[in-house]
Amino acid sequence: MEIQQFISHIAEQFDETDPTTITEQTNFKELDDYSSLTALNILSVIDDEYDVNLKGDDIRNSTTILDLFNLVKSKVD
Amino acid sequence: MTDYNPFNLLGKTIFITGASSGIGRSTAIECSKLGAVLIITGRNEERLNETFSMLSGIGHQAIVGDLLNSDFRDELVNQLPKLDGFVNNAGINITNTVKFIKSEQLEQILDINVKIPILLTKEILKASKLNNYASVVFTASIAGVYRTSMGNSMYSAAKAAIHGFMRNAALEMANQKIRVNSVNPAMIETELVGKGNITEEQYEADRLKYPLKRYGKAQEVSWAIIYLLSDASAWTTGTAMVIDGGITLR
Repeated sequence: MEIQQFISHIAEQFDETDPTTITEQTNFKELDDYSSLTALNILSVIDDEYDVNLKGDDIRNSTTILDLFNLVKSKVD
Repeated sequence: MTDYNPFNLLGKTIFITGASSGIGRSTAIECSKLGAVLIITGRNEERLNETFSMLSGIGHQAIVGDLLNSDFRDELVNQLPKLDGFVNNAGINITNTVKFIKSEQLEQILDINVKIPILLTKEILKASKLNNYASVVFTASIAGVYRTSMGNSMYSAAKAAIHGFMRNAALEMANQKIRVNSVNPAMIETELVGKGNITEEQYEADRLKYPLKRYGKAQEVSWAIIYLLSDASAWTTGTAMVIDGGITLR
């Protein structure tokens, strides 16, 4: 699993935020265009790309994109 | 005077799909308490038998099987006695946002929520298993026709299809004095709640959006289904009955 690719999958779910400003330290839930739809899309893209089925609670318990990455990585490995 | 009950189901034979849990189970139990003889079906043998053991009265039948299997449907329809009521209740929900819809998910939800109820209605009608003055009830939803929510487009599409089918079937079947209606519940506290993408906190916040400040109970939908099955609704057909704690007022 590659972090840059993971970040870009997550960044794609934001319609307005410039993807180049999104890093592993980004607190994704604080972005202006984060919404309940974004959360659902993040769950779906992770399912599609990594075959990992996260729950709403996993998003709630994550702060940065790195948190999400580590969680997904732990389930892939 | 004390025996007066226009909603009783005495002497009625009623067939219910999806009776192993939720609204289907609750409807079977409530119907049996009001005097009906039930034929219940579901995929999960253990849970269907559990429902069966909770029925009042005698003469009921539980038939385990997968309604997607047309051989099973043939056998089932063949076995059915003449019906006074048919509750097309079996259903599933798959949530996904539009951007991520998968063909297999769409097929699965349309198969179970649309294809089965339509084909089963057709097959039961064609086999002349519905008595004149029988009542057919679909479990639809406020989703589809009355309400939208994130990630719910496939389910809404399926329930909107049922809404359209219900009204057209009501028109055609009126020739035989058979009535066709639906119940359209909002969120019900069943085992479907609590699984999946939504956190318990989000559920709690969602419950508070309802003017009546809670989700519904399966029984509360069953009682509406019972109204539609009973002679009390003899002049009601093609109706979608919203049971929603007031959420569509918003």
